Amino acid sequence: MAVIPLTTPLTEDIARSLTVGDTVEITGRLYTGRDAVHHRLHHGERPPVDLRGGIIYHCGPVMVQEGGRWVCKAAGPTTSTREEPYQWEVMRDHGIRGVIGKGGMGPKTLEGCQQYGCVYLHAIGGAAQVCAERITRVDGVDWMDLGSPEAIWHLWVERFPCIVTMDSRGGSLHRQVRAASEQALAALKA
Amino acid sequence: MEAAGAAPLVEPPRRSTMLATMSDAALQASLVELIRRTSTQLPDDVVRAVRAARGAEAAGSNAAYALEVIERNIGLACDKSQPLCQDTGSILLYVNTPVGYDQIAFHHAAEAAVRAATARGYLRQNSVDSITGANSGDNVGPGCPDLHFHQWRQPHVEVKLMLKGGGCENVGATYTLPNPSFGGRDLKGVENAILDCVLQAQGQGCGPGILGVGIGGDRVTGMACAKAQLLRLLDDANPDPVLAGLEQRVVAKANQSGIGPMGFGGATTLLGCKAGALNRVPASFFVSITYMCWAFRRQGVDLAADGGIARWLY
Ligand code: SF4
Repeated sequence: MAVIPLTTPLTEDIARSLTVGDTVEITGRLYTGRDAVHHRLHHGERPPVDLRGGIIYHCGPVMVQEGGRWVCKAAGPTTSTREEPYQWEVMRDHGIRGVIGKGGMGPKTLEGCQQYGCVYLHAIGGAAQVCAERITRVDGVDWMDLGSPEAIWHLWVERFPCIVTMDSRGGSLHRQVRAASEQALAALKA
Repeated sequence: MEAAGAAPLVEPPRRSTMLATMSDAALQASLVELIRRTSTQLPDDVVRAVRAARGAEAAGSNAAYALEVIERNIGLACDKSQPLCQDTGSILLYVNTPVGYDQIAFHHAAEAAVRAATARGYLRQNSVDSITGANSGDNVGPGCPDLHFHQWRQPHVEVKLMLKGGGCENVGATYTLPNPSFGGRDLKGVENAILDCVLQAQGQGCGPGILGVGIGGDRVTGMACAKAQLLRLLDDANPDPVLAGLEQRVVAKANQSGIGPMGFGGATTLLGCKAGALNRVPASFFVSITYMCWAFRRQGVDLAADGGIARWLY
């Protein structure tokens, strides 16, 4: 399995060059953003950071303050499908090139990936320590009023591992597995 | 089934030495340690199951990659004494206490332990007011932590803890039978409902998963029964041969579905299925299913008379 190194910010060309099944390692900036952040953006609030070319990470990390600095204790992905109504808008309005999460997303997001040149990257769900190990710095936080898990954390990552499961050509591993498993289980019905 | 189960109606109360000597500080320290260990170390039966699953996946596949990362994660969390998963979940405590034991004092000690464990980063700030959206910041609030007390005739206190994440909790479901797609009020209907839950859950509960199933009961007791099944060891055998057969069929079929770890496709969709049954009213037939992720955090202790930890249970 050849690993593709990615560095942020991502260009449209790079985002469009990735295909389902690729293993990638990201170095650079990730912004966490989950339910409350997407809700705010959807209602027209301006993001406190420039998201152009950026990657949004669906993650509610465990953060503790040690000696006046934030330290990330655990930071795996959270379920992405809750952002399905909003994600395409964030691609359109804020120019993100990558979304990291788990569980994949639906047709609106897939359409957004194709139209705006974005890619969905699947982190390993629950692997909070492997993910945290690759987060080398926490550089800031915004929207802390949403509570720590929902805030926008500015993470710096080195070789953060993901698998491309939705690409800008309309490919979706989730759709494939769903269709195949539906058939398999129908044949196994009691 | 007759003589063994027939306990005398009135048993003489056994005096528990615990009632007099257990200190709040010792109890609280034991509970913090229970939380730390639960959040940072998977029990052996789960580790063995994850390792076996990795061996079953094709080398170089996305599924094998996912399980490799998961195994590395299990090692790292244990070594660094940090949470296995950032979603440290709902805090479910199952407590067996001797007759006359002060459950209110235990409840206070549990809340204090949860606060301390949160401050130390073993638990994420995970308790949100459902009306205002405000996070309590210390994991204490209405329903948090969730304590299930039972009295027993043993002289000691037993505490079991599960941390159950939101991602897997969200994909649990309650089915009612009969249902045109799944079948009638029989084992076939139950089996088909469970497999539908597996299908719908794919990719979203951090599989490979473990199912707890409660057949019958009502909407509350059925799900409570399902969750309590998760306290069983993964490699135990259900004493009821009918339920044992159901558990085996569900795991075998789910693992032929091709859903695989994380829903990436592959050979291991479930690490286990544990089912229990309750009586129901004639009008209802519920199949309650709770889904647990691979980060199956459960641990337990027997407490010593002074409140210290006498023994680890898993
Ligand atoms: S489902 Fe489990 S492993 Fe996945 S994010 Fe939630 S708690 Fe963690």
